[in-house]
Amino acid sequence: MRLYGVVAAGGFRRYTTYRVATAAGVFTNTVFGVIVAYTYIALWNQRPNLGGYDQSQALTYVWVSQAMLMTVNLFGGGFADELVERIRTGDIAIDLYRPADLQLWWLSADLGRALFHFLGRGVVPLAFGALFFDLALPINPGTWLAFLLAVLFGVVVSFALRFLVALSAFWLLDGAGVAALVSIAGLFFSGMLLPLNAFPGLLGEVARALPWSSLLQIPVDVLLGRHHGWGLLGAYGFQLGWAAALLGAGRLLQSAAVRRVVVQGG
Amino acid sequence: MAEPVRGSGRADPVRGSGWADPGRERRAPLGVWATYTMIAGMWIRSTLAYRASFVMMLIGNFLVTAFDFVVIVLMFSQVRSLGGYSFAEVAFLYGTSTTAFGLANALLGSIDKLGARVRDGTLDALLVRPAPVLAQVAADRFGLQRLGRLLQGLLVLAGSLAALDVHWTVAKVLLVPVTLLSGTGIFCAVFVVGAAFQFWAQDAAEVQSAFTYGGQTLLQYPPTVFAKDMVRGVTYILPLAFVNWLPALYILGRPYPLDLPTWLAFAPPLVAAVCLVLSGRAWRVGLRSYRSTGS
Repeated sequence: MRLYGVVAAGGFRRYTTYRVATAAGVFTNTVFGVIVAYTYIALWNQRPNLGGYDQSQALTYVWVSQAMLMTVNLFGGGFADELVERIRTGDIAIDLYRPADLQLWWLSADLGRALFHFLGRGVVPLAFGALFFDLALPINPGTWLAFLLAVLFGVVVSFALRFLVALSAFWLLDGAGVAALVSIAGLFFSGMLLPLNAFPGLLGEVARALPWSSLLQIPVDVLLGRHHGWGLLGAYGFQLGWAAALLGAGRLLQSAAVRRVVVQGG
Repeated sequence: MAEPVRGSGRADPVRGSGWADPGRERRAPLGVWATYTMIAGMWIRSTLAYRASFVMMLIGNFLVTAFDFVVIVLMFSQVRSLGGYSFAEVAFLYGTSTTAFGLANALLGSIDKLGARVRDGTLDALLVRPAPVLAQVAADRFGLQRLGRLLQGLLVLAGSLAALDVHWTVAKVLLVPVTLLSGTGIFCAVFVVGAAFQFWAQDAAEVQSAFTYGGQTLLQYPPTVFAKDMVRGVTYILPLAFVNWLPALYILGRPYPLDLPTWLAFAPPLVAAVCLVLSGRAWRVGLRSYRSTGS
């Protein structure tokens, strides 16, 4: 257990060296936040209460999603690119020798990364949004704690998805194509582009049932106080259910892959 | 390193890199376009080596922008107008901005990797080659899959042109291709300035994205959606409004934001030319100030 703590700390520290990149990212998230916020204002002016959000809740949705974009890694990549590269070059053979579990190792590193991005790229855009727009942020610290837990579960689901994608490189060698497709699905079905509650009819129901809704939609709804009591437990259960299923699938795929590993050009 | 050493005969840096034949050693430096097409061609062949992955990336590139449009479709499934504009009108704005950006992105999209090259020192290798650095950086990792975005923009544009209820005049018809090409020029200039900026701020590729991808997103929506100060900013400071807003509003017969004169609809080629000249200058200043990390 201590080992994985060290790996997570390493994952965190690694990103602290990218200070300029983090500042640049904060700037970009803020610019996009402003652009999207105005399109939402136009939309909610026409349809007040769309998706059950009032305008300030919709704006909160925009700024929280910009703040969480990197934390739950909606664009994909991160450790997955590295793992794909290790599979392609054959370095993965060395990883498999190590007395550490491959999946847990990368999960720990990814949790460290997520924490860094939560602090480094999350706080400032949200503060900017709160300063210049009328947001509906909760005052109750319990709601914030519930939100943090939902974010943590969202990161785990996001990791489990990306781990599956990375393992596909065992079969395809170049995982960029699958990674691109999955990250696009993630962008759309996480509710990054539009809250899933504002999706019409069946599309909305399907989108809310897919694992990506754990990444963004559920955490933001928890923050907006839409899940409480048993409903909150249900939301957590949904996230944990997907996490367990996807991590389990990752395990199965990993053991299948290890049996057929061919070290390329070692 | 101050200036790239061009065509110095000693120890040809090109030889053995698989980049050009050694016989070129003493010939004149390559032109911008020749350099660009040669490197781009190499990357196209390389991309096609992993066929399945390429197809998925092409589809992916198509979809990633298609989803942008799906959002607009979803919005219009809930409302009948956005910022006072109809669906066909917003689709027209979307089509012009995405096509212009798609073309610029296909041509210069790799340029945001410049910061990484400055950081890891691989830019030095480009400086000693007898070919323009800008063309080398721009063509690097040229991705054929980027055509997915362009294709998607063109499809939406074609659809919107069919759906629009516009009284077409000769001027309006001609203005459509002019808008697309000038818009491409303006976006190209933004890409080059962003790259020049990375000579100093090596780690700041994302700042560039704010202006390129962010600019494209902004222009998909009518100017009436945004705060006046934002519209002022993208008209007078970073002239993105000339990419599509001003000519498109003329075509659609819509009032201009900020009470601008109507003839500005025909200014985009001029604005694009000025932007490209200025960006070329920014690039040269950036290149001259470049100091290798020595790694």
